[in-house]
Amino acid sequence: MARIAGVDLPREKRVEIGLTYIFGVGRVTSRKLLAETGINPDTRVRDLTDVEVGRLRQLIERSTKTEGALRTEVAMNIKRLMDIGSYRGIRHRRGLPVRGQRTHTNARTKKGPRRAIAGKKKVTKK
Amino acid sequence: MARSIRKGPFVLQSLADKVAALNEQNEKKVIKTWSRASTILPEFVGHTFAVHNGNKFVPVYVSENMVGHKLGEFAPTRLFRGHSGKLVVDKKAKAV
Repeated sequence: MARIAGVDLPREKRVEIGLTYIFGVGRVTSRKLLAETGINPDTRVRDLTDVEVGRLRQLIERSTKTEGALRTEVAMNIKRLMDIGSYRGIRHRRGLPVRGQRTHTNARTKKGPRRAIAGKKKVTKK
Repeated sequence: MARSIRKGPFVLQSLADKVAALNEQNEKKVIKTWSRASTILPEFVGHTFAVHNGNKFVPVYVSENMVGHKLGEFAPTRLFRGHSGKLVVDKKAKAV
């Protein structure tokens, strides 16, 4: 029902939370948007009137970058770093953490699942 | 924390002076520098810097996109050739 910025909002949640299902809208932006449109953050998404949905949609379109446009911007920023050959770009290229975290252990989010190393003995507990 | 705007970007004074001198004479020369912490200013675009990485000087040609970054970001200080292990040993054995 309530489709804003190409995303279906969950119907049972409060609008303040529901809006955060849009990429680029978090709690802070959500609250700001609701204050600006004068909608009570505690109303459920299903209880929004069509006028209110229209107002929200318009405001989001005008004031914030969301979804596809935002994703492209982020991707372009990373691409820029890679193209100019900066340290951060190189870390992105190699799929390693960018902000100086340790890689001796951890860093699994960036590196992905562990890859078995050929010829390495497994440590087994007795 | 980000640097205060009041201070402006950090650039080693002597480096900024050198670039200004080159710009005045419309010259392009490689500028050797150890100042990895210097911010790249718009005036630096088109110049080539030889930035020290602790071992040698890495040539960095400054393009427009690099403005606002530090010189050191473009001269990596670490060299990673890969881990040792069976694979590497095998390759070496083949090479011999």
